[in-house]
Amino acid sequence: HTHLNYKLGLTLQNRTSEALTPAAAARDEFQEELVIRPLHSGDIYASFQFRTLWDTDFLQEGQKVSHYRLFPKSLGQVLSKFSVRELHISFTQGFWRTMQWGQPFIPSPPGAELWVWFHDTVSDVDGNWKELTNVLSGIFCASLNFIDLTNTVQPSASFKPLGLGNATDHRFLRYATLPREIVCTENLTPWKKLLPCGSKAGLAVLLKSEKLFHSSFHSQAVHIRPVCQDEQCTSKAWELRQTLNVVFDLYTAGQGKKEWSLFKMFSRTLTEACPLATSSKVYVDITDNPELSPATPLLSQAVVLGDRRTYSVYDLSRAETFGQLRSLNLLLRWKGDGEMLRPLLHAERYVAGFGLQTGEIHTVIYNNHPYRAFPVLLMDSVPWYLQLYIHTLTVTSKSRDNKPSYIHYQPAKDRHRPHLLEMLIQLPPHSMTEVTVQFERALLKWTEYTPDPNHGFYVGSSVVSALVPSMVAMNTNFTQDQPLFSSFVPVKEESSYFVRVYTEPLLVNLPTPDFSMPYNVICLTCTVVAVGYGSFYNLLTRTFQVDEPSLPLAKRLANLIRRIRGVPLLT
Amino acid sequence: MAAPLTLLLIVAVTIRAVLFRSSLAELISARVEVVSPLNAWKRVVEGLALLDLGVSPYSGDVFHETPLMIYLFHFTVDYAEIVFIVSAYFFRKQKYALESDRYSADCLELLRSPKEMFYIPLKVAMFYLLNPFTILSCVAKSTCGLNNAIIALFIFCTLKGSALLSGILLALATYQSIYPLTLFAPALLFFLQRLYIPVNLRRSSFWFFTLQYAFMYVGSLVVITGLSFFLLGSWDFIPSVYGFIFSVPDLTPNIGLFWYFFAEMFEHFRLFFSCVFQINVFFYTIPLSIKLKEHPVFLIFMQIAIISIFKSYPTVGDVALYMAFLPAWSHLYRFLRNIFLVSCVLLACSALFPVLWHLWIYAGSANSNFYYAITLLFNFGQVKVFTTTWLTNCEWKNRWRNKVSLFINLY
Repeated sequence: HTHLNYKLGLTLQNRTSEALTPAAAARDEFQEELVIRPLHSGDIYASFQFRTLWDTDFLQEGQKVSHYRLFPKSLGQVLSKFSVRELHISFTQGFWRTMQWGQPFIPSPPGAELWVWFHDTVSDVDGNWKELTNVLSGIFCASLNFIDLTNTVQPSASFKPLGLGNATDHRFLRYATLPREIVCTENLTPWKKLLPCGSKAGLAVLLKSEKLFHSSFHSQAVHIRPVCQDEQCTSKAWELRQTLNVVFDLYTAGQGKKEWSLFKMFSRTLTEACPLATSSKVYVDITDNPELSPATPLLSQAVVLGDRRTYSVYDLSRAETFGQLRSLNLLLRWKGDGEMLRPLLHAERYVAGFGLQTGEIHTVIYNNHPYRAFPVLLMDSVPWYLQLYIHTLTVTSKSRDNKPSYIHYQPAKDRHRPHLLEMLIQLPPHSMTEVTVQFERALLKWTEYTPDPNHGFYVGSSVVSALVPSMVAMNTNFTQDQPLFSSFVPVKEESSYFVRVYTEPLLVNLPTPDFSMPYNVICLTCTVVAVGYGSFYNLLTRTFQVDEPSLPLAKRLANLIRRIRGVPLLT
Repeated sequence: MAAPLTLLLIVAVTIRAVLFRSSLAELISARVEVVSPLNAWKRVVEGLALLDLGVSPYSGDVFHETPLMIYLFHFTVDYAEIVFIVSAYFFRKQKYALESDRYSADCLELLRSPKEMFYIPLKVAMFYLLNPFTILSCVAKSTCGLNNAIIALFIFCTLKGSALLSGILLALATYQSIYPLTLFAPALLFFLQRLYIPVNLRRSSFWFFTLQYAFMYVGSLVVITGLSFFLLGSWDFIPSVYGFIFSVPDLTPNIGLFWYFFAEMFEHFRLFFSCVFQINVFFYTIPLSIKLKEHPVFLIFMQIAIISIFKSYPTVGDVALYMAFLPAWSHLYRFLRNIFLVSCVLLACSALFPVLWHLWIYAGSANSNFYYAITLLFNFGQVKVFTTTWLTNCEWKNRWRNKVSLFINLY
């Protein structure tokens, strides 16, 4: 604690006044926030958000940014070198169970997902994309170098920019997902290093890997985008958000009791705010009236994802939050017998069929709104070795045909690009819509299989994006003091909110050749070809002669005598 | 002759119609032995669906038919079954005409009785129409049937002596799949024989006719290709159709030799082996033409057999094509060696294909090597069939020639 103070003391003495006065012309600012929400199933959901806002322009020609303070230099250099306008990368372990846990603040698919909007000045987007994935692979210690043209798509409608930007030519968008990617401590450590205070002060001290990975769901993400500084949008800034969502399971981490504390979740307590942060807060969702200690007088209400919820706020920049012991350990206890708000949009996906030749992908989308119908955009990216047959595509709602109003289909090219299918489907109220498409499994070359080919091949999650009609009026005002969790997705209108749902990834088996046989196969096939060639050569070059049958010895002697006598010969 | 032929036709059409309407039709359309990525009906429908969606059918890797085929089926997709039965009928008609015509022109085969010769066309028609391979191919609506019909029409026009039509049809057959290019040589030899032009490289009449025929053939090919370009507005179909045939990127199992070989090959040698396998189909043309220049019809049979066995995506429909020719040489049956063994091999392999496929793909108790082994054996059997036929033909000709010369010598 004193060591930390010494390290930061010198730098802070000059800047403390700057950081804590809101009206100062600070060029960069940092906010951190933790939201704890108890879930109905007894699990607990913790969502960390760390936001850095910086008033600079990476993409300006001729002016190289070189003085980095709160914004990590590695990411800043990446943005300027590759002319990136928006970058969203997430690493997730586990699958978000929407029906049990509700909607997450920031959804993410299992595995790694990366989508990037490049600036329109880029001439070779594919080259930039390839280099970008390799650089990010190094920054985050992840195997993002497996992202190449065979699993990258350019969605035309599903991934619009989340920040500023008027040009929406989807040639500058690239989306790729690696469902097989595993997240572990090696990925958490460089992610933590990007934070201004590292993992030494503030909320990031709670991020201990042995507890974080002992959970049902763990997702860490980095989102970079240009945003408006104020409502009139007179000045622009770059926003870097690092988010970490984790769900601790009732039984594996909670010992079966609906009683959680910061120490039980993270094996640490909070001792101080990050000195470089302008705001450092903990929000606890008390809408369902759990028992919460220590008590706090601060309350806040927010409408997030169509739901009005009440939060207790702990402001870590105030010394009295930590109490006598100078440490904050929240204790939460609840019964969990209330009614959970049913998520209005939910999707599932599975593979049907048997055998290794064909199959069917079924995507089921549920609209749980009692009386409103709304359209959803379904995006499917299927690898090239599962050949989709688009003429078998059927969309049925309530056992009737439901023709999509917009279909964008880009068929796959073997070994070059995957299938991309985007559809706009109108979901009738309170219904289940099923999208079915048949596919055939290809036999690959023996070098194209992974070392464990019988495990199967992963197909990335489908993305369902929609503007869901909200039962509660959403807040469209832009305020500086809005909690971070409610300001991630810009709210354009009061009556609906944007939701993105990811389905399960699929695991399909492909027929495999025998991997021990390359030399044998070459020999045997060439043998058959050689038999054909040999027979041809033989027949082409052979001449036929009538073979005179040879006479036995006795007859030959007799012929000799007959020749001498001049009499006709024996045959 | 008309009555048994009509009866045969009715029986064939009935069998096909019954199978079309039954649940077996879907099962047969999915069999890899009967359809290949080049001629599967499912892919034709997919190509048409892509065209309806506004995407070029050649932008993906699903559709590998030529543009003329798209336009043919665009208008007749609902009547596809009828199209296939009609093509089978044409084929049969051409076969019948072919045989009856051939043996009126080629009257040197004295050792066959007129009664035998009379029945050959019927036998050929029967061999083709009632061949289970052909029936399966037709019920699966594989475009192989249409290709076979074009080749049969080409043979018919060649035998009738119409060089222009023969050139056009050969161009159409080449346009569909590149391999019938090799049938140019036997057709040329047949016309030269018919017009009594000796095959002598020094004679100008030989070159004159060759150039004429080549001009007709190449000209029609250029016209058809140009028409395809104007139909779809791009040259996309060339790498998609012909590039696909030559480079064999799709390794779906079939009854040929290519798929497992290319699946298990070392990457370094891919180009080398692709070239070797493709040259293997084409390079027997010149030696065979030199050896069999007096027997162009037999040469056609040999070429079709070579194409059916060594092409990149063979199906049973291709096998049925050359098998239909076998009754034309029924005078050889007495002399064929190992015919029982070879036919047993072919029958056993045909029965084992679906069994081992099921064991590999559905039951999971066998692996790809089982299916590959049967593929090897089937192709070996096919090679033996036509080399035995050729060998017997050579022997028989030689024997007959010697007997005739002996006959002349004695008198």
